[in-house]
Amino acid sequence: MTAAVRTGMREGFVSCEACGLLSRPVDTEEPGECPRCGAELEFRRRDAIQRAWAFAIAAAICYLPANILPVMRTTTLTGEEPDTILSGVVILYETGTWYLALILLIASVMIPLAKLASLAYLLVTVQRGSVRNNRERTRLYRILEIIGRWSMVDVFVATFVVALIQMQPLMSIAPEPGVLFFSGVVILTIFAAESFDPRLIWDSSQGKQETND
Amino acid sequence: MALAVAAAIAFLITNVEPLMTLSVAGRQASTTIAGGAWQMWEQGEKITAALIALFAVIAPALQIGFMLVILVSVRRPPAPRWVGTLLRWEGIAVSWSMVEVMMLGILVSLVKIAALAKVVPGAGIFAAGGLIVLLAAMSSSFDPREAWSRVRWANGEWPQRALPSFGSDAAEAGR
Repeated sequence: MTAAVRTGMREGFVSCEACGLLSRPVDTEEPGECPRCGAELEFRRRDAIQRAWAFAIAAAICYLPANILPVMRTTTLTGEEPDTILSGVVILYETGTWYLALILLIASVMIPLAKLASLAYLLVTVQRGSVRNNRERTRLYRILEIIGRWSMVDVFVATFVVALIQMQPLMSIAPEPGVLFFSGVVILTIFAAESFDPRLIWDSSQGKQETND
Repeated sequence: MALAVAAAIAFLITNVEPLMTLSVAGRQASTTIAGGAWQMWEQGEKITAALIALFAVIAPALQIGFMLVILVSVRRPPAPRWVGTLLRWEGIAVSWSMVEVMMLGILVSLVKIAALAKVVPGAGIFAAGGLIVLLAAMSSSFDPREAWSRVRWANGEWPQRALPSFGSDAAEAGR
């Protein structure tokens, strides 16, 4: 990289996040609205780091009750039995469908954890102005955006199981608060990923090259 | 266009027909997607129920509905201003529509329930499978840039290739 790096931001260009139109606002402080679609223009998402941290921390707080509290309660003639996310995975494994158990384990335990960890990693490195592994970090962000939704699987499973198994007094399954926390984790991590701005990853490499900006 | 219409039909079937029916000791029960959300609501998990309804029913419905309206209206450019608004909303609806995630959820719950009772997959489940394929085909054949270039601009100008304050090929470089 040469010393005088040309970036869109420095040249006064901003691309619209809604329609993709590249425009050059008159006032770079207050870019205003996209001339084509009318969405608000921003060079960088506003308060990206603070917002992403807030959502990520909220998600982390929900993560504990999501895994400890039961998501379902099975009532049969012989008694009641609560089911957590992990015990659901174990039951699936024991009944012989290990591949489905693996999918659930990845989707509902590993992905949320990995998401939280990578969000924290991205945020910390951006805040420290790290210039290493920029490409990898950008790729990590893209993966984050795609896989987040798949954690919702367990909530759907709970929904359909609850909806179908209503055979009082033989057997009935009722949802428990764990479901709420679990969907909370999923939604909050999606919000966190959305409020983070991947362009920030590249901004610090600019700062390292030159004194100002 | 054809794909969008097909997706709309598949969506209707998915939501009207029962996903699966199970029978235990001579009793039968069946459910639809909306029924699942409703049951969740009844059992006190209202927020989760609302989320399920949003991701599995409302967002896909909006996605298909917006797509149909957009496709019809950009046939004769320039399309009016509100089509641009729809295009923006369409993008938001897509990001929250989780039909494919729901499908995986259905399959897992199918296996889970199969351990407890006899399950018969309903027409809805196959329609849901078709819907996923159709939605994927629809969004990959739809080019938002092409649609955007046919919509009247927010600042009242006609669709144009050039930027108001810059060279004509800059718009192409925009994405």
